[in-house]
Amino acid sequence: MATTTPVLPGVTAEPLPKTVAGRVRKRLNTRMATVISILIAVLWTVPTFGLFISSLRPEQAIKTTGWWTFFSDPKLTLENYNEVLFGQSASSGQLANYFVNSLVITIPSVLFPVAFAAMAAYALSWIQFRGREWVYIGIFALQIVPLQMALVPLLSFFSRGVSLGGITLMPAWQLEDEQKFIQVWFAHTCFALPFAVFLLHNFVSQLPGELMEAARVDGASHPKIFRTIVLPLITPALASLTIFQFLWVWNDLLVALIFAGGGDETAPLTVRLAELAGTRGNEWQRLTSGAFVSIVIPLIVFLSLQRYFVRGLLTGSVKG
Amino acid sequence: MDFADISPKLTMLVYGLVAFAVVVGGLLLLLDVVPTYFARRRERQLLAVAAGDAPAPPAGYVRKPREFGYAIFFLLPVIVLLLIGLVVPVIRTLLLSLKSGDGTEWVGLDNYGWMFSNSDILGVLWNSLLWVVLVPLVATSVGLLYAVMVDRARFEAVAKSLIFLPMAISFVGASIIWRFVYAYRGEEQDQIGLLNQIVVWLGGTPKQWLLDSPLNTLLLIVVMVWIQAGFAMVILSAAIKAIPGDIVEAARLDGVTAWQMFWRITLPSIRPALIVVIVAITVATMKIFDIVRTMTNGNYDTNVIALEMYNQAFRYQETGQGSALAVFLFILVIPIVVFQIRNLRQQREG
Repeated sequence: MATTTPVLPGVTAEPLPKTVAGRVRKRLNTRMATVISILIAVLWTVPTFGLFISSLRPEQAIKTTGWWTFFSDPKLTLENYNEVLFGQSASSGQLANYFVNSLVITIPSVLFPVAFAAMAAYALSWIQFRGREWVYIGIFALQIVPLQMALVPLLSFFSRGVSLGGITLMPAWQLEDEQKFIQVWFAHTCFALPFAVFLLHNFVSQLPGELMEAARVDGASHPKIFRTIVLPLITPALASLTIFQFLWVWNDLLVALIFAGGGDETAPLTVRLAELAGTRGNEWQRLTSGAFVSIVIPLIVFLSLQRYFVRGLLTGSVKG
Repeated sequence: MDFADISPKLTMLVYGLVAFAVVVGGLLLLLDVVPTYFARRRERQLLAVAAGDAPAPPAGYVRKPREFGYAIFFLLPVIVLLLIGLVVPVIRTLLLSLKSGDGTEWVGLDNYGWMFSNSDILGVLWNSLLWVVLVPLVATSVGLLYAVMVDRARFEAVAKSLIFLPMAISFVGASIIWRFVYAYRGEEQDQIGLLNQIVVWLGGTPKQWLLDSPLNTLLLIVVMVWIQAGFAMVILSAAIKAIPGDIVEAARLDGVTAWQMFWRITLPSIRPALIVVIVAITVATMKIFDIVRTMTNGNYDTNVIALEMYNQAFRYQETGQGSALAVFLFILVIPIVVFQIRNLRQQREG
């Protein structure tokens, strides 16, 4: 057997795995390792799989028999999806409406923080000014402030405006119905910035300094360097951040509950689903299909762009 | 759904996109125009110096203010938004926690006193402690175990994706998935929840899993572990792959056993990644809200700090007590902030 690792004669005839984990795996009973990993994989997949199968079964079947009986008695229907998306009665999900809300909330809530954070990350990496380190540390530290610390005052900032000592500095925004999207965008953007700046700073600060120096010598201004050199080079990082922020906003419940309210003008899918789970917890034909309606977009994004997501995770967490 | 319902929403979306284009585009345009003005002024200054009309500026004098001006504009949106959205609210929440529920009277530390004397709230704190201890521990262990097991195995990529997938699912979606697993039907009926069916197959009687404390909290914790294990696995797997081959080779030549290899080589080598994973999961767990709200709405003794904070501040309008809970949450996170900043500084210097 060909092997690149030098093997002392008489020690072993097998090719040796080159990684630590490989060796651990080899020495632990290999069959045992396989069994454990398959067990974990099954445990992690079955709940989602069961829900998915159920969402395709007729209402009567879901409510009376377990989804595993599907394999002996397969009946498929798309009726649950039709009902939960487009049903007209108040008790049906009407999720199509909320799906649009989720989209309208998500797109600007992703664009704003990514653009602002890219500019800030450039300034914090390549513009020399006094106190730069402290500004960065400050933004970095804000990352770990719990959202809960900001919710009450930020909501009153919108609903009551700002006044200091009886003088109104800013009147209430008085947003109604669809206008409430604005405060959701605003809240999501603010809350995303510390992490976004941190993540992009990790990438931007590692670009080669000679590149910037050469551009400066050629007389390029900061905005020009930012647009023509930095932005194209950090596209993968921007992609990572975009995916992160997309998943965060699309899946968020807390911010939406507080800033979008529960009405069908602005509330996203998560809010509606949580409401259905609370008030109609046994209507499994709606909950199963509804859950999948909310899961499908992030799942597609995630599976097709997993590479960027993982890269972002690694840079975002291991390096800092 | 008809178009009349969604057209105002799409209009708002268009407004949002236009605002984005105007703000970001405008800022970059401004940054292009203003410096040209400064460049002209500097040119004039240099001409004046050359003509002997004005004293030469000290070295670096011209350059620094310009850099500072750029920095301000590049950082302006972030700084303004962070001030409005985080810094000022944090200060106001600190103050609100010292005020009565309607925010009119100063009550000193009464809200904190309420927190630690009310038996309901003490139960909430106890549950939160359970979460914060168990989730990072179990999720990281499972992630590490799995990362080691599937490393270099066949189908590694697929195997990892399966565990990682729950990361893309919302907490609300995950809660519904698991509520279905825990679903209950009377003994005489067919079970529709997998867990009860397994119990029945094993000869037991089905149970309403989410009613009994503390078992119900543990079952909610399972959901969080299910989501976070994939995160731990991905980071730790990358760290394991980054261990230099010669260290492994040297250890192997010394004849270490698998256990020794794991404890003396693998674990120390991935220590930084391990810390990062545990810290990140701990912080996420402290703020857990969606799962508890969707699964039990905090009933049956499953409540946690973040949900109680939401209830106090936004359902009962007790902003004082809600703020005190938020501050408490913040205080719990501060040691981690300090720890992380020290880590960051060490890495920057190292």
